[in-house]
Amino acid sequence: MSTAIGLTERDAAVAEAAAEGGLRLAADVFLENKLALAAAVTFAVIALFCFVGPLVYHTDQVHTNISQTTRHPGSAHLLGTDDVGYDELGRLMVGGQTSLEIALGAAAVAVVVGVLWGAIAGFFGGIVDAVMMRVVDAVLAIPALFLLLFLASITTASVGILIAVVGLIAWLVPARLVRGETLSLRTREYVQAVRVMGGGPLRIILRHIVPNTIGTVIVNATFQIADAILVVAALSFLGLGIPPPSANWGGMLSNGLNYSYAGYWWLVYPPGVAIVITVVCFNFIGDALRDAFEVRLRRR
Amino acid sequence: MSRSDGSVLTVASLRVVIALRHSTVRAVDDVSFTIAPGETVGLVGESGCGKTTIGLALLRLLPAGGRIVSGSVRLGGHELTTLDDEQMRAVRGDRIGIVFQDPLTSLNPTMTIGSQVGEPLRIHRGATARTARDRAAELLELVGLPSPSRQLDRYPHQLSGGMRQRVSLAAALACDPALLIADEPTTALDVTTQDQILELFSRLKREIGMAVLLITHDMGVVAGQADRVLVMYAGKLVEVGATDQVFYRTRHRYTQALLESIPTLTSSRAEALHSIPGQPPDLAHPPPGCRFAPRCAFMTDECRAAQPAMSGSQAHTFACIHPAEARA
Repeated sequence: MSTAIGLTERDAAVAEAAAEGGLRLAADVFLENKLALAAAVTFAVIALFCFVGPLVYHTDQVHTNISQTTRHPGSAHLLGTDDVGYDELGRLMVGGQTSLEIALGAAAVAVVVGVLWGAIAGFFGGIVDAVMMRVVDAVLAIPALFLLLFLASITTASVGILIAVVGLIAWLVPARLVRGETLSLRTREYVQAVRVMGGGPLRIILRHIVPNTIGTVIVNATFQIADAILVVAALSFLGLGIPPPSANWGGMLSNGLNYSYAGYWWLVYPPGVAIVITVVCFNFIGDALRDAFEVRLRRR
Repeated sequence: MSRSDGSVLTVASLRVVIALRHSTVRAVDDVSFTIAPGETVGLVGESGCGKTTIGLALLRLLPAGGRIVSGSVRLGGHELTTLDDEQMRAVRGDRIGIVFQDPLTSLNPTMTIGSQVGEPLRIHRGATARTARDRAAELLELVGLPSPSRQLDRYPHQLSGGMRQRVSLAAALACDPALLIADEPTTALDVTTQDQILELFSRLKREIGMAVLLITHDMGVVAGQADRVLVMYAGKLVEVGATDQVFYRTRHRYTQALLESIPTLTSSRAEALHSIPGQPPDLAHPPPGCRFAPRCAFMTDECRAAQPAMSGSQAHTFACIHPAEARA
C-alpha cells in the first residue's frame, strides 16, 4: 500500500457515493418535473413540425396564387390558404422556421454578449465596472419597443438583422445577472487560486467564472428565447418584420388580423396558438431548469 | 548584506501595510528569514498576526489596500518586489506553488480534476491539453491518489476532503516549483486525514526535496514537519530557530506561553486550559515597546520602553528582554 499512502477505504467509499454528478442530479430534478418534460417534448414536436414538416407536406411558399385565396380549411389545404393563396399549414411551418431561428439566434447573441460584458465588468470592478454597467443602465432606460422600432426602421429586415437587433436589446438582463454573480465568484478561493497559479484575467473569466454562472445563464437563456419570439412577433405585427415571400408567425398573425372581420379564423389562430405554445413551453422549461440548478447548488 | 547564500528564498526587512478606511495597519513589520533548499520552515502564530499576509506578499497578491512598503523578497537570487505584473505572473504557480487551507473551496466545481491539475502547465509551459493531462495523471499518482487516470475526468465534489487536498497539492507541484507555500494545509481536514496529508508532505519532502513554507497555527503540525520555526506575533518575528531549539529551549516569553497553551492528553480534567490573557495589539497603533508586553507575565518598564532587538546565536534568535532560561 505504498502508492496509496494512507488513503482509507472511507475515501474510496465517499468517492463512489459522490459519483452521481451534479449535472446528472440537475437532470434528474428536471425530469421529475412532468410539466417541464411535457413542455420540452412539445417544443421538440414544434421544432420537428417546422423543420421536418415541409419535407413531408409540400407546398409552394414562394409564388402567390390569386385563384386560391382565403380558401377554407379542407382536403386540398388542411388549414386553408391566406389572402394571396399561400397554404396556411405550409406557411406555419416555414414561418416557424424563421421565428425559431431568430429567437434562438437572438437569445444566443444576448447571452454571449451579456455574459462576457457582465463577467468582465464584475471581474475588473472599479472604474471598468462603473462605466460598463452605466452603459447597461443607459440602454435599459430607453423603452425597448422604441429602440426596436428605431433600429428596425433604419435597416432592411432580414433574419441576420433581426437577430442582431433583438439580441442588442436583450443582452442587458444577462449582463446584470452575470455581473452580480461574478462579484461573488471572483472572491472565491478557487478563482484566487488561479491568480496564485499565475493565470491571467482572460483565463480566469473564461475558464473559471463564466462556467460557474452557467446555471443562471441557462435559465435566463430560455426566458430570452421566449421573449425574443414575442419581440419578433411584435415587430412583424407592426410591419417591421421580414418582407414577403418569407414569413414568420408574428407577420402571419398581423396579416391574418386584417381579415378577422371576414371570419377567416384559420389565418389568426394557427400562428397565434403557435406563438403562445412555444413561449409557454420555454417558460416552463426555464422554471424547471431554475429549480434543477438550485437543487444542484443546495446539495453541493 | 550577504544574499546569494544558496537559499531558495530570502526575505529581508519586509514591511507590509494595509490601508483601511481610517487607519493603516502594519501587518508585517521588518520580517527577515531565509529558506534553504529542501528545508521546511514553519511559520506559526495566532490568527491575525500576519502569517497569511507574508504568504500573499511573497506572491505579491496582497488584498486591496495592501502593499509592500520596503524590504526585499529574493527567490533563487531574483528580486520579486521589483518585477512588473507580467513577470510576477510568470513566477506564480511556476516557481512558487501554493496550497490553501480549504480544499472544498480552492477547487473549481465546474472543472475536472485533470484540467485543474494540468492548468499551471498550460499557463506556464504552453502544454497541450494532451501533455497536461498525461502529466496530471503522474502528479496525481505522486500525491497518492488511487487509480489516478480514472480520477482525471472526475469533478471536485466527487472526491473527499483529503483527496481534494491531494489534488490541490498536485496542482501546486505541477511546474516543479522552487518553493511551496502551504497555508494551513490541514486545518480544514479531520484529524485522521490531517495525519495522512502530513505523511504525504514528509514523503514528498524526501522524494523531491522541495523547500516548503508551512504557515499554520498548529504547533503540533510544525513540530512534526518543520526543520526550522519562525514564531510570529503582531506582525513581527519574535523567535526563530531550529524546531527542537524553539520547542525545547524556548526563550521568548510569547513562544513559551503559546506552547503552554497546547492541551495535552495527560493534563488532568480539573486543570483549566492555559490561555494567554488579553488580545493581540491593534496593529494600526502598536505599543511602542515589545508588542507582547501588555499580555506578558514577565513584563517590566523596560519592555514597554523600546522594542527588543533580535539576539541569541545564529541558530536560534529571539527578541525578548527577559528571555526564559535556556535549559541545558
